[in-house]
Amino acid sequence: MLKAYLLVAAAVFSIGLFGVLTRRNAIGILLGIELMLNAVNINLVAFARYGGSMAGWVLALFTIAITVAEVAVGLAIVIVIFRVRRTVEADHLTLLRG
Amino acid sequence: MTETGLALAILAAPFGAALLLGCCPPIRRAGLPAAVVSLVGSGAALVMAVGLVSWLWRGALYAAEARVGPVYGLITGLIATVPWLPQTGAAPLATFGVFVDPLSAAMATLVALVAFLVQLYSLGYLAGEAPGALGRYYFYQSLFAFSMLGLVFAPDFLQMFIFWELVGLCSYLLIGFYYQRPAAAAAAVKAFWVTKLGDVGFMIGIVLLWGKTGTFEFLPLFRVAGQGALDAGYFALCMGLIYLGAIGKSAQFPLHVWLPDAMEGPTPVSALIHAATMVAAGVYLVARTYPLFLAVPDVLTGIAWIGAFTALLAATLALVQTDIKRVLAYSTVSQLGYMMAALGAGAPLAGFFHLVTHGFFKGLLFLAAGAVIHAVATNDMFQMGRLGGAMPKTATVFVVGALALAGIPPLSGFFSKEAVLAGVWRAGLSVPFLMLALTVLLTAFYMFRAIFLTFYGSRRAAGHPHDPPAVMLGPLWVLAFASVGASVLGTEWPRLTFAQFVARDLGASLPHGPGWLMPLSVGLAVAGILAAWAVYQREALSTAAVIAVLGPLVRAVERGYGFDAAYAAVYRAVLLGGARVVGWIDRYLVDGVVNVASAWTLRAGSGLRAIQTGRAQDYLYGVTAGLLLLLVIWAWA
Repeated sequence: MLKAYLLVAAAVFSIGLFGVLTRRNAIGILLGIELMLNAVNINLVAFARYGGSMAGWVLALFTIAITVAEVAVGLAIVIVIFRVRRTVEADHLTLLRG
Repeated sequence: MTETGLALAILAAPFGAALLLGCCPPIRRAGLPAAVVSLVGSGAALVMAVGLVSWLWRGALYAAEARVGPVYGLITGLIATVPWLPQTGAAPLATFGVFVDPLSAAMATLVALVAFLVQLYSLGYLAGEAPGALGRYYFYQSLFAFSMLGLVFAPDFLQMFIFWELVGLCSYLLIGFYYQRPAAAAAAVKAFWVTKLGDVGFMIGIVLLWGKTGTFEFLPLFRVAGQGALDAGYFALCMGLIYLGAIGKSAQFPLHVWLPDAMEGPTPVSALIHAATMVAAGVYLVARTYPLFLAVPDVLTGIAWIGAFTALLAATLALVQTDIKRVLAYSTVSQLGYMMAALGAGAPLAGFFHLVTHGFFKGLLFLAAGAVIHAVATNDMFQMGRLGGAMPKTATVFVVGALALAGIPPLSGFFSKEAVLAGVWRAGLSVPFLMLALTVLLTAFYMFRAIFLTFYGSRRAAGHPHDPPAVMLGPLWVLAFASVGASVLGTEWPRLTFAQFVARDLGASLPHGPGWLMPLSVGLAVAGILAAWAVYQREALSTAAVIAVLGPLVRAVERGYGFDAAYAAVYRAVLLGGARVVGWIDRYLVDGVVNVASAWTLRAGSGLRAIQTGRAQDYLYGVTAGLLLLLVIWAWA
């Protein structure tokens, strides 16, 4: 049964990665990142469930907490960018072009 | 008090004076007090050096009369050293100290005597200088006396090299004493560079020798050379390189060009450094390390040939000089050639004996010439004339010195030159012998040419010249008596002869030539004097006519055989040409590489900036592609 969990997690991760790579909206990219992180959480919980160790649960809890913080900071940045540039399109935010 | 302690005290006296003058500007700038400090230092050194020689002499005499083995039992000499560069678990890498034996003691006495007399004489000669300049002069003089004595007492090559360079430095400073004169400054630099050329060889030779034997000290090296344990070719290379140092310092061909120019310095300096002591250091070096040179006969033969050739070459150059000091300078080069020829011919005692007598009479000649220059304010002999009447005492001592130099008995130069000629003849070096015999004739001629032009003849010098003050005349008289009295050293008269004393061997003696040698050399000298008298006093033969006959030859000699021009050409061709090549390499090759590298870096940068789009997702594509690549590699591996 572990394999099913891992397949689901891999699918979620790939979907998240696809979203991060293709969405042009900054908020959409953040959503993609959330999906990738939750795929990792599924993995952790699945390994904990079948491996008999508590470490996975603990790590998953950590990840959830850090994800919340990450989203808070990320959304704050998006809001600030919107105030300054009046856009959240990733293609328009190219200040670091060489 | 031991002999070595006394030698250290001899070193300490001028060192103390130099330290005081160097570190205490008020004394130095006061002028006269500086002279007093310097005189006290060299005077103390003189007294102690005489004491040291008489101490060794008494010991040697006692041993000689008791007939006990080698005289004085000084097989090893008396050595006192302190480690300078200690090594763990082995003998020190280098030591500092003194090496006392009759040779070094006799040389030290000569150095201290001439140094003291010259410093005394300088009081009169440089009386017109500003106090600051006078103090500077005496500081250099004290430093020179210390350095020269340190060289004389050196127990190893390293210490000798250090003091060798120090006397070179003092020579540079004193030649350039009148540094406001461009000629003096240029002569100082020239002397420094030309002697350095030889010193480089000296240093390489020392290091090569050390590389094989692991020691700088003379006595272990003598032992190694005596055992014949070294590869002959390598050893000959080392000694040849060490001899290069002597070539430079003792102005041997082809590095003789600096000495005549060194006459830009004050005349007392010429007497001390460039006649009596420092230029003889090369001869002393060879005499000091003679056991090493004995092991390389080929190098010795080369030394004899170069010495004899130098003697003849310099004598011909002295014939055409108009500057009285340059006559004496070329004469010094010539006499140094004699000493070297004797050393090379296997007669080191004769060479050293000539060094001592030459130190006296050439110092005398220079100081007397200084008195003349002081009186008439010119160096040009053709502006002098009939000074014999105005300066009778100076003329007397000058003639005494010239007779000694020409080799007229019973003056000291006769004995030493005779010994040199006998030594070269005995060694079977017939061509060098002929060169030296011809030089006897030329020596007498150019010295008496100078005398007739300066003190006699038909012209009369301008002004009202007169004999110098007593402070200058005193040293002249002392050196004149020494020039006569030193002949005692060449006779069998003392119970212990000079040769036995210096060689520490009762069997030693100065070389004796065949019976015809003495009449020959005296005859040649007299002929030279008579020829000079005929040409420059009676004017029986017009010099203009001689020059007309010998035209090109005379002009070649007047240009010094073009040595300076040749060196200048070599300098331009080799050094400046080399600099141009190196400059081209630097400008086009080295700079070219750097420029190409920087241009490529710039171009690569502007090319690579295209991939920096600034869009976060493009970077993420890169990361994802990299991750996939890693996964593929991991899956395959």
